[in-house]
Amino acid sequence: MAKLKSSLRNMVLCLFLISAVMSAALGYVYVITKGPIETSQKKAEIDAIKKVLPAFDNDPTKDAKEIDGLTYYIGTKGNDIVGCAIKTYTNKGFSGTFWIMVGFKTDGTINKIEILQQNETPGLGDKMKTNWKDQFNDKNPSAYKLSVKKDGGDVDAITASTITSRAFCDATQRAYDGFMKNIQPQLNNGGAK
Amino acid sequence: MSQLKYLTNGFLKENPTFVLVLGTCPTLAVTTSAINGIGMGAATTFVLLCSNIIIAALKNLIPDKVRIVAFIVVIATFVTIVDLSMKAFLPSLYSALGIFIPLIVVNCIILGRAEAFAQKNSVFNALLDGIGMGIGFTLALTIMGGIRELLGNGSIFNIKLVGENARTILLFILPPGAFFTYGYLIAIVNRIKAKHNI
Repeated sequence: MAKLKSSLRNMVLCLFLISAVMSAALGYVYVITKGPIETSQKKAEIDAIKKVLPAFDNDPTKDAKEIDGLTYYIGTKGNDIVGCAIKTYTNKGFSGTFWIMVGFKTDGTINKIEILQQNETPGLGDKMKTNWKDQFNDKNPSAYKLSVKKDGGDVDAITASTITSRAFCDATQRAYDGFMKNIQPQLNNGGAK
Repeated sequence: MSQLKYLTNGFLKENPTFVLVLGTCPTLAVTTSAINGIGMGAATTFVLLCSNIIIAALKNLIPDKVRIVAFIVVIATFVTIVDLSMKAFLPSLYSALGIFIPLIVVNCIILGRAEAFAQKNSVFNALLDGIGMGIGFTLALTIMGGIRELLGNGSIFNIKLVGENARTILLFILPPGAFFTYGYLIAIVNRIKAKHNI
């Protein structure tokens, strides 16, 4: 078969047909992957919540609340609230924004912290994924200053990654402020411990 | 079988990364570990294979003046398919490769093979070429990722080979290390090619 000439009619027709077929293919793939994508994102979120909160038995994603860019997941066991996981962020990272999940017990003590998404320098800033973040466990930010020692706080910075460490403190502080503002009053009113 | 050379061309003789020096952006950027190299290589191979087949099949139906536009539409479709499927079924790899999956669209290897090979050859030859080039690219990325991971992090395929506090040559994980590794590997490949007259 000879090659089609580059006449206007041929060009328009060819591009139109290719685009139409390809968009149909894309639509199909979108539909079949939509479910699995949502499930895997939800699973990643629940996994992170499980890691940062004390044992709970509800589905915290069901009535998650979003206020001022932070997402609050409340974990309950039986009728008691066991804590609140807060998805928080910072824009001060060495490579821009990163997201972490901070778990608070009902009195505002940090239970555990988990990294959700980050692009910090491999080998330097991304050391925050290691046991470095465990130093925050069981600390109450009301008595534990969330900034690196260089800035007069209580946090040991990652060697050669002060910016990342500061950003991490910033995100944690944001979560704590949100917790005190939006969650703590609720807990007192509800009377749950 | 004379067609076999279309398959093996990509391994060494016309290796897209080390000899043709195409698609250097993902090569330099994602090869911080061997796993990332394999993941990126596999995604690119899939796109390359599919786009080569489609373009070889449609080569007579696409008028010359709009061929690049048509190629890009085909390539972009397959890249989006990879992007969505990876997000759905391999979320951890997706988060590691991130932005570089959508960027396969503008990876010169794919458009380069479409333009230089697929549009002039039969579907079967284009298929062989796609597989060969894809494997060559994957091999190159895995070797680079392996070297950088080994020197920079002291591990390979996430298996730690040195102690937790051992000092590694961090530079190799960082962007400059990518250029060093790339340069030396190109030199080595050239040397091998010259010696054996490939």
